[in-house]
Amino acid sequence: MSENLILKVENLNVRLENEEIIKGLSFEVKEGDVLTILGPNGAGKTVLLKTLLGILPYQGEIKWQKKVKIGYVPQRLPFIKDTPMSVEEFFELKEASKKGIKETLNSVGFEESFLNKNIGELSSGQFQRILVAWALIKNPDVLLFDEPTTGIDIGGEETIYTLLTKLKEKRNLTILLVTHDLSVVFKFSNFVICLNKCPICQGIPKEVLSLETLHKLYGEEVKFYEHHKH
Amino acid sequence: MEQFLLSLIAGIFIGGAAGYLGTLMLSKKMALVAGPLGHLTLPGIALALIYGFDISLGAFPFVILGIILIWLFEMKTKLPMEALTAVVFASGVAIAFLFLPIEQAETALVGDISKISFLDTLITCILCLFLFLLIKKIYFKITLINISEDLAKSEGIEVKKYNLLYLFSIAIIVALGVKVVGGLLTAALVAIPAATARNLSKNLLQFSLGGTFLGVLSSFLGILIFKTTGFPAGPLIIIVSTFFFLISLIFKKI
Repeated sequence: MSENLILKVENLNVRLENEEIIKGLSFEVKEGDVLTILGPNGAGKTVLLKTLLGILPYQGEIKWQKKVKIGYVPQRLPFIKDTPMSVEEFFELKEASKKGIKETLNSVGFEESFLNKNIGELSSGQFQRILVAWALIKNPDVLLFDEPTTGIDIGGEETIYTLLTKLKEKRNLTILLVTHDLSVVFKFSNFVICLNKCPICQGIPKEVLSLETLHKLYGEEVKFYEHHKH
Repeated sequence: MEQFLLSLIAGIFIGGAAGYLGTLMLSKKMALVAGPLGHLTLPGIALALIYGFDISLGAFPFVILGIILIWLFEMKTKLPMEALTAVVFASGVAIAFLFLPIEQAETALVGDISKISFLDTLITCILCLFLFLLIKKIYFKITLINISEDLAKSEGIEVKKYNLLYLFSIAIIVALGVKVVGGLLTAALVAIPAATARNLSKNLLQFSLGGTFLGVLSSFLGILIFKTTGFPAGPLIIIVSTFFFLISLIFKKI
């Protein structure tokens, strides 16, 4: 693997319960890349992230840079409210030090007093920031982010993307991001993979995301969707 | 008097351990699992009563059998664990009543801790302490697994190993619990203190300590009332526990 390559995926196939979810996917990620994985619902985007994390069985090759540290931000954690828990305790589950918790909380824009808040009391924007902090606390090299909620104000007029941009600079992060929001792909990422079980296209967003590929990815209704976006 | 103290000590230790583990089980939506497992121990209890050996000893192989069944079912099928335990549920009662001596049915169904021996109390306390340490060791990991298995796996936690340790803890507490409250009421022994603590706590520390404390307190008061009234201790413990739960509803944090 060449030096600044952080991930190499070759001919990846994922089958779950006899259904082919991802078929014949190959791509590379360089250090500092922001890669978006774009596709409609059920395209296998989340499955791809989980496979990269080593949670799901696969065929083919997934090669991470040696000793790479990965942080994972899941899409939702619906069961978290089943357990009464403070923000601090949520971080303690990861055996984080008190100092580390405070620093990371600060870096996503929270005061120390936030530690005593109950997880169940947080707004969805706050919770998403906590999840980002949770993923960052052990200083990962790569952040895998499953579908950040677009358009929600996470506080101080910041969106999750301005926050991620800031964190990326500061922490030298490589980011892999699942989304179905086109504006995110164009504004935020330097590489896109279009996935609908089979890979449809990949490359620099402005070059590969033509109307034609989008039709192929989403079907005809994309015209209407794009019209609204611009 | 000494006999009463032994009962009290054993009851308190079992109640505390059950309350502590109960908080973990409640978060995993598994609080009721102790029910079917308790029922499944009834044939073992019946054997113990007939041949005169320790009830927990008779119950233990059956609860292990139940856990292996539930664990296998969960791996082999996609049914929720609740449904799976229901499969195990009634079979225990059915089999037990084929040969359970009817005059000893009460002991089997609602427990009897009033005649516990010194050695038995000692072993019970040691087992409970061991259980405390085990639960403490797995508490955070299981909590993370409860929140999200994917997240836990992404942290490198061996989910299967911890689930097995967790189920093993449940096996021990059920086997010990049947001594105090019998095969029918074990679910209440773990579920009610945890539910009460849940109503009253804002964070994990309060929740887990609260469950333990309420488990201890319910057993203590239940056995004390048994001493003064002569009603069986098992049901009294559960009634006291339920009373605390009802009170907690008034103070419930929304």
